Amino acid sequence: MTLLGSLSLWLALLVGLWGAITGFVGGAQQRTDLQQSARHATFVLFGALLVAVISLEVAIFRHDFSVQYVASRTSRNLPTFYLWSALYSGQEGSLLFWAAVLSLFGAMTQLLTSRRHRAYLPYVAAVTSLVATFFVSVMLFAPANPFQRLPFTPLDGSGMNPQLQNPGMVFHPPMLYLGYISITIPFAFAVAALLTKKLDADWLVAVRKWTIVSWLFLSIGLLIGMWWAYVELGWGGYWAWDPVENAALLPWLVMTAFLHSVMIQEKRGMLKKWNLALVIGAWLLSIFGTFLTRSGVISSVHSFTQSPVGYFFLFFLLAAAVASIILYVNRLPLLEAEATLESVISREASFLFNNLLLIGIAFSVLWGTLFPILSEAVKGTKVTVGPPFFNQVNIPLGLALLAMTGVGPLIAWRRASIPNLRRQFAVPATTGVFVLLILLVAGMRDIGALMAFSIGGFVFGTVVQEFARGARARHRQYGEPIPVALVQLLSRNRRRYGGYIVHVAIVLLFVAFSGMAFKRETEATLRPGETATLQGPDGHQYSFTHLGISQYNALNRQVTAALLDVRRDGKAIGRLRTEKRQHVDALGNRTFEPSTEVGIMSGLRVDLYVVLAGLVNGTEQAVFRFTINPLVWWVWFGGFVLVIGGLIVLWPGGGAPPGTGPRPPRTQAGYVVKLEAER
Amino acid sequence: MKAGTKFALGAILIVGSVGYLMASGIKQTGQYFLTPSELAQHVSADPSFYDLGLKVGARVVPGTVSKETATQTLRCHITDGTVNYAVVFKGLPPDTFTDSVEVVVEGRLQRDGVIHATNVLAKCGSRYEAVPKA
Ligand code: HEM
Repeated sequence: MTLLGSLSLWLALLVGLWGAITGFVGGAQQRTDLQQSARHATFVLFGALLVAVISLEVAIFRHDFSVQYVASRTSRNLPTFYLWSALYSGQEGSLLFWAAVLSLFGAMTQLLTSRRHRAYLPYVAAVTSLVATFFVSVMLFAPANPFQRLPFTPLDGSGMNPQLQNPGMVFHPPMLYLGYISITIPFAFAVAALLTKKLDADWLVAVRKWTIVSWLFLSIGLLIGMWWAYVELGWGGYWAWDPVENAALLPWLVMTAFLHSVMIQEKRGMLKKWNLALVIGAWLLSIFGTFLTRSGVISSVHSFTQSPVGYFFLFFLLAAAVASIILYVNRLPLLEAEATLESVISREASFLFNNLLLIGIAFSVLWGTLFPILSEAVKGTKVTVGPPFFNQVNIPLGLALLAMTGVGPLIAWRRASIPNLRRQFAVPATTGVFVLLILLVAGMRDIGALMAFSIGGFVFGTVVQEFARGARARHRQYGEPIPVALVQLLSRNRRRYGGYIVHVAIVLLFVAFSGMAFKRETEATLRPGETATLQGPDGHQYSFTHLGISQYNALNRQVTAALLDVRRDGKAIGRLRTEKRQHVDALGNRTFEPSTEVGIMSGLRVDLYVVLAGLVNGTEQAVFRFTINPLVWWVWFGGFVLVIGGLIVLWPGGGAPPGTGPRPPRTQAGYVVKLEAER
Repeated sequence: MKAGTKFALGAILIVGSVGYLMASGIKQTGQYFLTPSELAQHVSADPSFYDLGLKVGARVVPGTVSKETATQTLRCHITDGTVNYAVVFKGLPPDTFTDSVEVVVEGRLQRDGVIHATNVLAKCGSRYEAVPKA
């Protein structure tokens, strides 16, 4: 199997190179035979990488410990569920996974792109093949070959890191990778557009769906990652501004900016340069993120990685950046805007501010993440910034962004009039002020949270108003009952109302994030029967009584579990269980350090979060950390809404271009008609 | 005023705030990240490095870790091969904090030559071995 796997990697390398060469040359010389060949290369490339993936999975499932990857990532007693995720839980395997998925997307693009955009396809094939080839060559030459054999066959593998043995970790990496990887498609189209000089709004139409696909995967990946950090890592939060998390957030921010600025180009033919720069930037950031997670360049105490993989990525990143920038600068004269900004109070301007804020946030996150390296390079000493920096910078910027989320969709294209503004903002603004007053009366004093809640109320008001007006208009015009009108409204303008639902999700998320300002925490050492109490921010008193410790063996671990009785204001509300797990191999020898299973009782208002820190000298006296985390449930719910909204936007058909909802299009009707006629 | 000018003002406002927030954020929250040798050099050159919040990246000296669960105190020695510092930390260390692991200790070096840590992190190579804050 390993021979087959290695062979298919070599085949993939050759085919990928072939696809890249034929694609670029065929595109440049208009040779259809070469173009066909490039197209076919993407299919063969996918086939070869699929065979490699299957070979690795077979080796994993057969417990073929002569393969180094299998021996160092799995063991005989690893639950089957995690044998699947072993494919991408290590460096070599995840490189293979990356390359394979990219080749799948590359092949799908060749098949699914409509006839109209055929001209781009040879270059798209070339770019996707080239990027996939890079990943294959890292595996073969770094080397990080997943099929590397050991000189001997161990009896058992060393097992999987216990923190990875969590359902979140089965889905988090692939989702994030899918997001990272699929950005390559819009990037490939951008390069194709630059090379073919067909730089009108057409290429945007070709990439819009792919952009939303990768935006959605990234969102899901980020959310699952947050959930995993929360339930598995046990430090009591879901976002630590760790370089790896930041690396995933960066392309997400840039993609979000792109999703909005694209609308200006579609409608007004403006911002062409900016949009191309965003796509290229998002892609470079996705490679940068992969580099960051692999090289340990930031987090490691050593200033640079020990593994050559990091150098490969750095080289590729620089080469790709230089190549894209040269190409981009070369084509700048072709990217002049077709219109100019007419008023600051307009949809265009609001999108521009939205973009500036998103890119500003992205820049500060990038800067903060790279600051240790930058400061070392400039001043000779490493200076690091942590969560306080990111919070201090991003809370104000985030609040401004949230406010814009309410303002933008209500402002007319080109130029908004004062009566128009009054009509649009009266109800939502009142809602926001109302929320603020209620909270002030209720005694909330945290400024950040007050702003998040009241701005959130404002944005929520705008969305409800949009839905209400739309539904009422349909009700009057077609006599549909209101619920039917709502459903019709949504399904006729999926793009627009899906976007609004995403905005509601953003409100929910911001409100939930601000809940963490009211987090409460205590540590206690308890004998069985003893109780710790903690005053919750919701005004209730929570008490935790240590009931006792049980110890037993499970499949691949020895478990020490503590059971706690939980009361709210003296009334029993349930039991919490938190564990220390010592993972063992098939012979009962300890592997890895003990890991903690958090006990969580999740509610709409607060989560009760308990960690067993350890036993005192092996007795039943135990040390616990109790945390009350407000509103965490709303993070998961907001994430769910975000994904639903994204799926609505993405759903095929029914997507009118922005601004052509029930409100009569106030702008360049000719342009809208042109788009419609082309469909 | 033309729309372009007004927009430019808005843009400058946003870019300016981003810049200001970043600069002040770094100033207020930035921490030196040093190896034990660098820390030793800095304190001998400039005693104001005593009692300054900073981070030290090093390796735990094998056999020096003592975790006392009852008082929740962790003691250990860290080194980069040349300079060695004692560390005291009150709180719950991460599970992965053990002998010879690479760690980042956040805290202050007191005049007694001991680093009083407010936070310890154990660092591992892989993304998937990401380690929580204590
Ligand atoms: C993190 C924040 C935000 C996220 C995640 C987000 C997400 C989205 C998504 C996914 C769409 C649908 C895009 C499409 O159909 O192609 C959308 C549409 C839209 N967004 Fe946002 N957005 C955010 C912030 C903002 C801000 C700050 C503004 C202010 C200018 C804004 C204004 C709009 C508008 C006007 C639409 C289009 C609705 C229509 O088609 O008429 N968004 N948003």
